[in-house]
Amino acid sequence: MEKNNKVIQVEGLTKLFGDFAAVNAITFDVEKGEIFGFLGANGAGKTTAMKMLIGISNPTSGKAKVAGFDVFTQAEDIKKNIGYMSQKFALYDDLTVRENITFFGGIYGLSRKRIKEKSTVLINELGLEKVANTLVGALPLGWKQKLSFSVSLLHDPKIVFLDEPTGGVDPITRRQFWEMIYKAANQGITVFVTTHYMDEAEYCDRVSIMVNGKIEALDTPKKLKEQFNAKNMNDVFLKLARG
Amino acid sequence: MKRFIGFVKKEFYHIFRDKRSLFILFGMPIAQIMLFGFAITNEINNVDIAILDHSKDATTTEIINKISASKYFSIKQMVNSEADIASVFKKGQVKAVLTFEKEFSKNLIKDHKATVQIITDATDPNTANTISNYVNAILQKYQKELNKDLTITYQIVPKTRMVYNPELKGVYMFVPGVMTIILMLVSAMMTSISITREKELGTMEILLVSPIKPLQVIIGKVFPYIFLSVINAVVIVMLSIFIFNMPVQGSFILLGFESVLFIISALALGILISTISATQQTAMMISLMGLMLPVILLSGFIFPISSMPMPLQVISNIIPAKWFIIIVKGIMLKGVGLQIIWKETLILLGMTVFFIALSVKKYKIRLE
Repeated sequence: MEKNNKVIQVEGLTKLFGDFAAVNAITFDVEKGEIFGFLGANGAGKTTAMKMLIGISNPTSGKAKVAGFDVFTQAEDIKKNIGYMSQKFALYDDLTVRENITFFGGIYGLSRKRIKEKSTVLINELGLEKVANTLVGALPLGWKQKLSFSVSLLHDPKIVFLDEPTGGVDPITRRQFWEMIYKAANQGITVFVTTHYMDEAEYCDRVSIMVNGKIEALDTPKKLKEQFNAKNMNDVFLKLARG
Repeated sequence: MKRFIGFVKKEFYHIFRDKRSLFILFGMPIAQIMLFGFAITNEINNVDIAILDHSKDATTTEIINKISASKYFSIKQMVNSEADIASVFKKGQVKAVLTFEKEFSKNLIKDHKATVQIITDATDPNTANTISNYVNAILQKYQKELNKDLTITYQIVPKTRMVYNPELKGVYMFVPGVMTIILMLVSAMMTSISITREKELGTMEILLVSPIKPLQVIIGKVFPYIFLSVINAVVIVMLSIFIFNMPVQGSFILLGFESVLFIISALALGILISTISATQQTAMMISLMGLMLPVILLSGFIFPISSMPMPLQVISNIIPAKWFIIIVKGIMLKGVGLQIIWKETLILLGMTVFFIALSVKKYKIRLE
């Protein structure tokens, strides 16, 4: 039964670009409702690994199941069950808040009635009532990020993938953002998040650190700090990355 | 289907909220057709000329009256001596000077021959050429009127080879070309830009991660442009009919069908461009250099293909616009049906299918 709780199962997943192994035989599991931090320096292979899991990049070899579906053969089923927020802010600037929600609800196949209900709830929760009909381009970045995250949860996915979601936002907004992440996790949504901020790594239930295409460490932040005899995650990361 | 409608709706929001694309969509066709129709034309109107009349007799006066009565010329001044001609030209006051030889009438009656010299300002060779043609035509018409029994020959210097055709109107030649350019521009450039924009903004990634199929994304993105391009084609045809009195001799339905075919081939080219360019700027440059220039230069729109060097003539065959222009000219000007232009239509159809196949293939590869 324990196996059913694992929403992401990865075994020996590899991606080759020519001779270069961008992702080199990584193996890990993620449990349901877990906040899983996926760390690594730039170019360590985080984004490539993530792209394979969300079904927009074909793995070279290995095995991976996301939400119970195989990444090689069932990419379409995976797409229905996951949410994704990229590091680039990715709502449409020239659509209003409400239009963006309607559009993304639409492409995930939500009914018109459901979209209406969801938009109202979402706009109220984010306190965007006054700007619901304002073009998204006119909103401050922090608001956009929060909206973007909410939109990625619109279709009640089992797992949400966040690719450096807090890049370029202020500490207060980052904190609010993490509150939203906790809230989602409490509702049973698994959160798979990549980040550069080591203080954010402390917020995760478990953390993996990728170096040169391989996962070099994987555990709770507390255990990692003990293992590497480090004061904080930043030290852990530096020790690993310097190798 | 509901997803698709939502997608198309969003696409229309993009178009109508972006002033730049709105201008390209609707301002451009009107501006271009007006420009080509009125400004860049082979016709001449009210060209200022001067006259040096050495005879000042009944015949020359009559000819001068004919010329000044035509809407093509207005006689700006009378020159008194050969020496003045140069200064008149230098001041740029006139485009041409007509010189009647001494004892014009007398020569005409005695020798059956008199000379009018047409001196044109050749800094603008096209206009110069046209002016001499028009003057020739007026002189010939006058000669016919003047004499129905005798054979009288005017010797005109400089001689021109082109024959004046009173029915030749510049705008008739330009409408098919402008229509081709605009459909190409709107369809290919706008779609390639709008697809690369999604790539640049990162929204394309979001779309690819969603359950919506890549093919649905592409169709959703090009559909509004098919619709708007058809509107554009209708606007252009309407403008040419009502403003330039250009008749459409052939079938509107056939014209519409051929236009949609051409639009689809241009859209496929747009998708193809978007697959090879990462940014909107690149897409725009490739569209301009790779599509617009060949359309303008090699399609036979401005420069006749038959007078091009052989290699260029061969290259012109792979340009869809060339075939579309032949088709449009055939339908609009000559009123021909499918039985005459089936070959061109087939070529265009083949190219369209090829471009679609290629762009779908390219697009899929990109997703790996």
